[in-house]
Amino acid sequence: MVNIVAKNMDAHKQQAGKSQPFLVFDNVKKTYDQKNLVVKGFDMQVEEGEFITLLGPSGSGKTTVLMMLAGFESVTSGDIAIKGQSINRIAPYRRNIGMVFQNYALFPHMTVAENLAYPLSVRKVAKAEIDSRVVASLKLVELDGFGGRYPGQLSGGQRQRVALARSMIFEPTLILMDEPLGALDKKLREQMQYEISRLHEQLGVTVIYVTHDQSEALSMSNRIAVFNDGVVQQCAPPAELYERPSNAFVAEFIGENNFIDGHVQSISGDQAKVVTPGGETVVAMAGQGLTENSGCRVSVRPEKLFIHPTSHDHDNEVTAAFITRIYVGDFIRYYFRLANGSEIIVKVLNDLSAPEFSEGQDGSLMWLTSDCIAFPV
Amino acid sequence: MPEATSVTPDGLSREDARNAAREYRSRRWRAFLFVVPLLAFIGFSFVAPIASMLYRGVYNPTVASLVPETLEKLPSWQGEERPSDEILSIFALDLKRLANDRTSGQLAEEVNRALPGSSSVIKSSARKLRRVDDSELANNGAAILIDANAKWAEPEIWQALKKTGQVYTAGYYLTALDLENDPDGGIQRRETQIYVKLYGKTLRMALIITILTVILGYPLAYFMANSSSGTANLLMVFVLLPFWTSLLVRTTAWIALLQTNGVVNSTLLALGLTDAPLEMLYTQFSTIIAMTHILLPFMILPLYSVMRGIDPSYMRAAMSMGSPPIPAFLRIYLPMSLPGLSAGALLVFIISVGYYITPALVGGTDGQMISNIIAFHMQQSNNWELAAALGSLLLFLILALYWLYDRFVGAGNIKLG
Repeated sequence: MVNIVAKNMDAHKQQAGKSQPFLVFDNVKKTYDQKNLVVKGFDMQVEEGEFITLLGPSGSGKTTVLMMLAGFESVTSGDIAIKGQSINRIAPYRRNIGMVFQNYALFPHMTVAENLAYPLSVRKVAKAEIDSRVVASLKLVELDGFGGRYPGQLSGGQRQRVALARSMIFEPTLILMDEPLGALDKKLREQMQYEISRLHEQLGVTVIYVTHDQSEALSMSNRIAVFNDGVVQQCAPPAELYERPSNAFVAEFIGENNFIDGHVQSISGDQAKVVTPGGETVVAMAGQGLTENSGCRVSVRPEKLFIHPTSHDHDNEVTAAFITRIYVGDFIRYYFRLANGSEIIVKVLNDLSAPEFSEGQDGSLMWLTSDCIAFPV
Repeated sequence: MPEATSVTPDGLSREDARNAAREYRSRRWRAFLFVVPLLAFIGFSFVAPIASMLYRGVYNPTVASLVPETLEKLPSWQGEERPSDEILSIFALDLKRLANDRTSGQLAEEVNRALPGSSSVIKSSARKLRRVDDSELANNGAAILIDANAKWAEPEIWQALKKTGQVYTAGYYLTALDLENDPDGGIQRRETQIYVKLYGKTLRMALIITILTVILGYPLAYFMANSSSGTANLLMVFVLLPFWTSLLVRTTAWIALLQTNGVVNSTLLALGLTDAPLEMLYTQFSTIIAMTHILLPFMILPLYSVMRGIDPSYMRAAMSMGSPPIPAFLRIYLPMSLPGLSAGALLVFIISVGYYITPALVGGTDGQMISNIIAFHMQQSNNWELAAALGSLLLFLILALYWLYDRFVGAGNIKLG
């Protein structure tokens, strides 16, 4: 049934000609044990040159999607197509997809130059051309003169650059990256994020990037698909994902968030009136599926909260008891407790306006309606 | 500034340097103490026997201690014809003393190895000389000796005596290489070629066994390394099972399987595949098959532990770059598993070159290896010197092979885990 539908869609896409998307996932499912689906109907369309990140906690199915795309795992049902052509039955070595692995997978018994030349020699490229492309590739990742070294003689960041260069040297239609920065320390990771973005922009190649690190995803991607439990929760550009999460999972997973339990009193337009446990009424943007007279969770980010007195605009106000504050450096984190016992965090810039509290003292927290969303429970 | 002399440019005073050196020394000393028992054990049970074996291959004092007086005079003899009467007389005295000490048999045995047939000459002459008076022997020893056996008038037996009388001799090594000294002092091939052929056969068999263990072990190790740890552990038990059963039991099991009326033959006969039982036991075939079985774990264990460390992403990387599975395996996986493969092959090869018990039990005459001949010379023919020479050559052979291996593959590539 699914196959017939897929075939029909294929035919349809081929008729559509140029307007078809570059890469299409059509209701892709995957099971390993014939019982549970690891990927439950994944749909996505990717335009050429996009930088797409698959983000999610471990075990959410994002790596499985990548492996199916690369051809190392079979597709249980559904279809993956590149330029309108299904690749389900194409062997991985014929897909022309470059891949960067978490452990880099640089061949330890070959020099850097030999590693880079490998995909070209497999393609029977002439020796002289291989040499010139290897040199150009090393230059691209700023490793001129490192061709004669073995991977074991390079630092982690250098290995990462070689792995990047190797995945790009044979001009693949698509580059997949499976948590490529997972093994690097924080400083190097930021540097490599910049490097990957630079190469992506310079070469205009399509990249599918898998990570569980949201800051990596937010800073590099055109679009992010947030995975949970085999399902894409939301697929959107970073800013939209952060500002307008479509459900509570995304709101919680992306960035830091406070959740205030409440009860929906009424909904008018896209705004909902919510009663908090402390009896206060706040107005929040209504999330999808929110109904009147039911429980809800209002999410508001710590940096959108302000402590009274404040000069910032605000529509909502709740009272909470001060617990403690933690000095982080560029800002200070304040911990408050609501009437129902749940904690709430406020990030305040470390300037002279940072207020002083004593433990147990009540404070007023304020924010804008447009900065908070009420999700159904 | 008096301090300037006692402080080095690095700011370390002489006192500091002395303290550091003392601590370094005491740490070294403590580390040494940890290995003293092992060193003593190895020295006692390994280094000393090998050294004595190497020495025994060239050192043979038996004849020299039996007839010292004669051998003192023999160097003046040219070796063309029989020695002078004086030498014969002195030997007659020596021989009489040996006859009375009942040690003439030792001399007979030693000389007989150099010149077959001389054993009876020496023994019969010794019996006749036993009752002759010393003074008569001193005056007329030559005539009495020749009278006792006419062979004493010919130079051959004296040449043999002179040859075996050398305390240090390369003779056993030459024998072990199927060579001998010709009368002119040069080296020539012996008429019967035994040992070189046997070395060749031993190496060939060891090579076949090594290749068979690679063929059988590599795919299994690969499968184990790439399966779940539960499956891998179960298979590992089967691999190790032979280790837990006695070597003798395993070898006897092969006898039961391969003998004329054994399991294999009766199965083949029952299936009508053969008309008469196949001759499988006591052949090279049975030696090779039994040793392959016994040595297989030595191949699988290093292979498995090396393969376990090869991340599957290497093969995936190669395939994502456009290489089909088999070229990717040959170009990427095989070189990466080479350390385990070399370790396993080297282990199996070296163990099988010197293997004794299995060829002795299932090999018959056809499946004998060099170690069986060494054992034969130690236990039956009582020629320890030749056994030592054969053993030392085996040791040198293995060292030479190791050197070749290091030259072309690199010993640094060996990895057991």
